[in-house]
Amino acid sequence: MNIISLSWRYLWSRPLAASLNLLLLTLGLASISFVLLVSQQINRAFERDLAGIDVVVGAKGSPMQLILSGVFHIDAPTGNVPLAAVQALRKNPQVAKVIPISLGDSFRGFRIVGTSLDYINHYDAQLASGALWTVPMQAVIGSQVARQTGLKAGDSFAGSHGLLSGESGGGDTHGQTPYTVVGVLAASGSVLDRLVLTSTESIWKVHETDTALDAEDQKILEDEREVTLALIQYKTPLAAVTFPRFVNTTTEMQAAAPALEITRLLNMIGVGTDLLKALAGVLLLTAGLSVFIALWSAVRERRADLALLRMLGAPPRKIAGLLLCEALWLALLACVLGVLAAQGVLATAAWALQAEKSVVIGAFVWPIELTVVPVVALGVALAASALPAWEAYRVSVYELLQSR
Amino acid sequence: MISSRQLIYRYANGPTLAFADLEVAQGGVLVLAGASGSGKSTWLALAAGLLQASSGDMLVAGQAVAQLDKLRSDAWRAKTIGFLPQKLHLSAALSVYGNLALAQWAAGQKTDDQSIAAALAALGVGDLSNRKPSQLSGGQAQRVALARAVLLQPKVILADEPTASLDDDAASAALNLLLATAEQLTATLVIATHDSRVKIHLEAVSRSFLGIKLASKLINTRPISSLNNSIL
Repeated sequence: MNIISLSWRYLWSRPLAASLNLLLLTLGLASISFVLLVSQQINRAFERDLAGIDVVVGAKGSPMQLILSGVFHIDAPTGNVPLAAVQALRKNPQVAKVIPISLGDSFRGFRIVGTSLDYINHYDAQLASGALWTVPMQAVIGSQVARQTGLKAGDSFAGSHGLLSGESGGGDTHGQTPYTVVGVLAASGSVLDRLVLTSTESIWKVHETDTALDAEDQKILEDEREVTLALIQYKTPLAAVTFPRFVNTTTEMQAAAPALEITRLLNMIGVGTDLLKALAGVLLLTAGLSVFIALWSAVRERRADLALLRMLGAPPRKIAGLLLCEALWLALLACVLGVLAAQGVLATAAWALQAEKSVVIGAFVWPIELTVVPVVALGVALAASALPAWEAYRVSVYELLQSR
Repeated sequence: MISSRQLIYRYANGPTLAFADLEVAQGGVLVLAGASGSGKSTWLALAAGLLQASSGDMLVAGQAVAQLDKLRSDAWRAKTIGFLPQKLHLSAALSVYGNLALAQWAAGQKTDDQSIAAALAALGVGDLSNRKPSQLSGGQAQRVALARAVLLQPKVILADEPTASLDDDAASAALNLLLATAEQLTATLVIATHDSRVKIHLEAVSRSFLGIKLASKLINTRPISSLNNSIL
């Protein structure tokens, strides 16, 4: 018999109260864990996909939309810009790298992205099988695309017009110009996992073949070639001061700094997480009060039992420790259950988002911020049990003799 | 061995109790008779080192209880006093075995299965160790509570109203059990009771138990005013 097993027995001698308190505490801690995990995951996803992209240049419109569509591939693009204008940017002395991105088609909900091989190198993506494209109409697919569509190197498929997801969600099928899969990328956790990558020329080719009436028409179309946007890396951080203004004022395009837009976005999401945090706080407060009431009534109920322990020679601190230990048991159990619940919900969310072909979030990460959860649990347990423990400490054996 | 001399306890806002001098040899029996409110509980609390006497001396098992400080009195009580409360207070959350283990835990000792088994067997409840208190009869529960009281081989057994709410046969059995248990440990047995059957029973059986010293009507209770008058 020791204080740990004894407090466990006492805790579960009132199964209903114990379960209710456990549930409340677990809900509170799960909310906190969930908020922590989600914000960590979102930040990580953004950081990963944003790495090294200093500015995004595309058609005028909402800068946030430009970033979301061009970097994270979760929104529709703002429009197209002339190829010539983007190529002009390459000559700018402040620009180190320009990666063109052409959007517009999809395959079973996965976006077909016309780009250069720089895009794959930018994310350090490795091939799981096959090779990179060498000529137009060859495609390299992300790991998630391969897994969900069953495509492998050597297969061919036709893209459909539009970015809508779903089996039949896309528009007209570009049946005349099928793509051939030449390579499959290894899973990297980045946005590439859910993209179909091909050369920029492929996209032109698909649309020109579909719309050109004759060779002359083809020529005109070629002169009007466009890309959707360009991801740009600066040579020097100082460019951030002048380059966006240069683009916004001297060209028909807009430049959007992802870091700025994402900060804005996170601030907007922050309202949501603040709300969740407040909810978690209310839940924890309720749980703390409930634990307090349960312990308090336990002390009242067991007063004579506790007094008897004193009679049997237990010093007051031992009696108080018993109460404290009961609360700590609850905290420990709720901590484990709460974190597991949060991870479970997040894993489900990750699965659902993946099915939606949206932001990739990994399941079961253990960020260091999660250590807040046991600290909070401990705090609630201590706060809730302080007064009951003090009451238990003060139990007088003499009451035992008078309880006639 | 218990002895007291000019023992007085003053309640802060209540009566003052002055106790008659008494002396009981080790292994003897002391009956604290008297109606409710006559000071039996106070005397028990003083003997167990739970209350500090206002004046006078009290010696329990060779220890002057007034000289025990708070911390030492807990440890001293654990190994010296075996207490049988009126309401037994067996913990409902624990088995019979657990209730005895609880006593060892409270005393700061390691759980000793052998001595628990021995204590239960000595009181004829060895086969009940896995039962919950709610599954015991009244008599069984009292035996378990007594086993708990004597588990640590105390030198003094304090029994608070052990015959209350028992019929005549059960009361006799309970008293015999107490006497036999105390005799086996050569512990001094103190029975606080307002039950007149206790004295009658003890007088009837006293011949079969050696060393019994009946010391009933040992308690004097005076209201505070009369005491003040006598001092003045």
